[in-house]
Amino acid sequence: MKNFIKDLGYKFNISEIEYQRKNLTFLTIDKENVVQLLAYLRDYEGFKHFVLMTAVDWIEDGIFQLTYILNSPEKKIDLGIRTKILREKAEMTTVHHLWNQVATYQRELKEMFGIDFPGSPRVDESFILEGWDNIPPMRRDFDTKKYAEETFFPRPGRSTNDPSEYMKQKLYPNE
Amino acid sequence: MSKKHWLNIGYDRSKYPETGSDGNLIIDEQSHKLVKVWQGPNHPGVTGNMSVELTVSGDEIVEGKTHVGYLHRGFEKLFERRKYIQVFPTCIRLCVAEPDYNEYNLAASVEELGGIEVPETAQWLRTLVLEMARLQSLLRVVPGQGGTTGLGLGVQWGVYLRDLILDRFEELTGGRVYHMYIIPGGVRGLLPEGFKKRMKANLKEIDKFIVDIDNLMFSNVVFKKRTVGVGVIDPAWVDSFGIVGPNARAAGFKRDVRKDYPYLKYEELDFDPKTATESDIYTRSRIRWHDLKMTVDLIRQILDKMPDGGEIRAETPNVLHWKIPKGETYVRAESSRGEYGFYVVSDGTEYPRRINLRGPSYVHAVSLLEKMLVGANIADVANIMVSLQTCPPEIER
Repeated sequence: MKNFIKDLGYKFNISEIEYQRKNLTFLTIDKENVVQLLAYLRDYEGFKHFVLMTAVDWIEDGIFQLTYILNSPEKKIDLGIRTKILREKAEMTTVHHLWNQVATYQRELKEMFGIDFPGSPRVDESFILEGWDNIPPMRRDFDTKKYAEETFFPRPGRSTNDPSEYMKQKLYPNE
Repeated sequence: MSKKHWLNIGYDRSKYPETGSDGNLIIDEQSHKLVKVWQGPNHPGVTGNMSVELTVSGDEIVEGKTHVGYLHRGFEKLFERRKYIQVFPTCIRLCVAEPDYNEYNLAASVEELGGIEVPETAQWLRTLVLEMARLQSLLRVVPGQGGTTGLGLGVQWGVYLRDLILDRFEELTGGRVYHMYIIPGGVRGLLPEGFKKRMKANLKEIDKFIVDIDNLMFSNVVFKKRTVGVGVIDPAWVDSFGIVGPNARAAGFKRDVRKDYPYLKYEELDFDPKTATESDIYTRSRIRWHDLKMTVDLIRQILDKMPDGGEIRAETPNVLHWKIPKGETYVRAESSRGEYGFYVVSDGTEYPRRINLRGPSYVHAVSLLEKMLVGANIADVANIMVSLQTCPPEIER
């Protein structure tokens, strides 16, 4: 695994390498090189199985982290490809041409995080949230509690608790 | 797939709908040659809370679109404001049919990031619980395929036997459907007295069921006519669509997480997942039947090999104040539907930064189903959906 990653480092400008397990490594790369790297891994290194694609909101740094996890069924190893994009300009190159299921992931990311993938099929169609009119809900600045209070009619006599505070009070009242 | 009409009434179906110069179908709804039909969200032929928007020409489907969102509960958002231990009761609801894989994946991720070693006995108990979860799911799914062709008897047998396994779950964990048995560091309890004996008696009944369902379903002429050569998955799609589990094995790809990336105690167990090449509904159903046999055998092996006592939980920090070190990981397990994984990101606090589920249905029920429906007969929609073993909650998390 380490030799393979070392070889990959000669071909692509990998900024960060994190060996998580003997068969799982995370790499960080510029957003401009992601498509090239994914296509290379699929076509020349046997990473044929696209496991998942998702985003992580690092709101304090003003970035979204996009993670693509690829798997090589022959080598039996996983690679997590991470890239960072600006929250203000949340746009990424589409990779729907490499795997057929990617368009669905990108459609969901557009809806849930507001990350655009121009050219991806049906990317503007709603996937889960039909008729959503607020900021994308998976962004950290979307306040679920505030949204629920504003949207849904309060029933008298009903109260809510913060789960962690409530459990702490119940189990360790003196702490 | 042949474009000729199955009744052989002598006209060429390929002109409906016509294909444009860009190679895409021209779906002109105003032409009165096409009709829109919704299958779901309330329909006996739909697997759970989802629907398929079908455009049909006669009885042939020209376009299918999957619609989800009827069961969206915002779990992945809720995880972000709960401590790791509080995520457990929520995450098991990600897939109702097999909740234990959620518990295992989350516990394994937290243990990996937190550097916790799980004791031997707990690993055996986890393996047992995961196989029991697969067993109760397959007892519903294997005869369920017959149900879509009107063969309801097997479903009744399966539901009865599944209840026996739920009894064992209740005995072991206190819960029938949702168990919350696997927790960070280990499991919640040892096997109750007499559990092995009762489990083995249940397995004996299931042995009989396996023979009965073989006679009832797999040699039934109606079932064969409705499933052989129908809903074929091209082997080339396996990698290009990310197909996993029995759906990939029926297309000739020996993919099983338990064999490829052994976790828990699977390395010490003797099993060999079956593969086939025909890749139609019948073959996928047959592969699941073999999986059922294999699971029964695996549970017997586990019961014989596992220690009777021992440590069941490693020492962990106070779970309400446990700060998981910064990092990220991806942990997978083989559910009855295929690779089921959790991608967990920790920012070093008591709350997870992000937990993302990779469920097999995310691929099987959206992009693959939409591809498979084109050219299929409207009567086969339920058949195809069930053969992919879709579970909508894991699509919309």
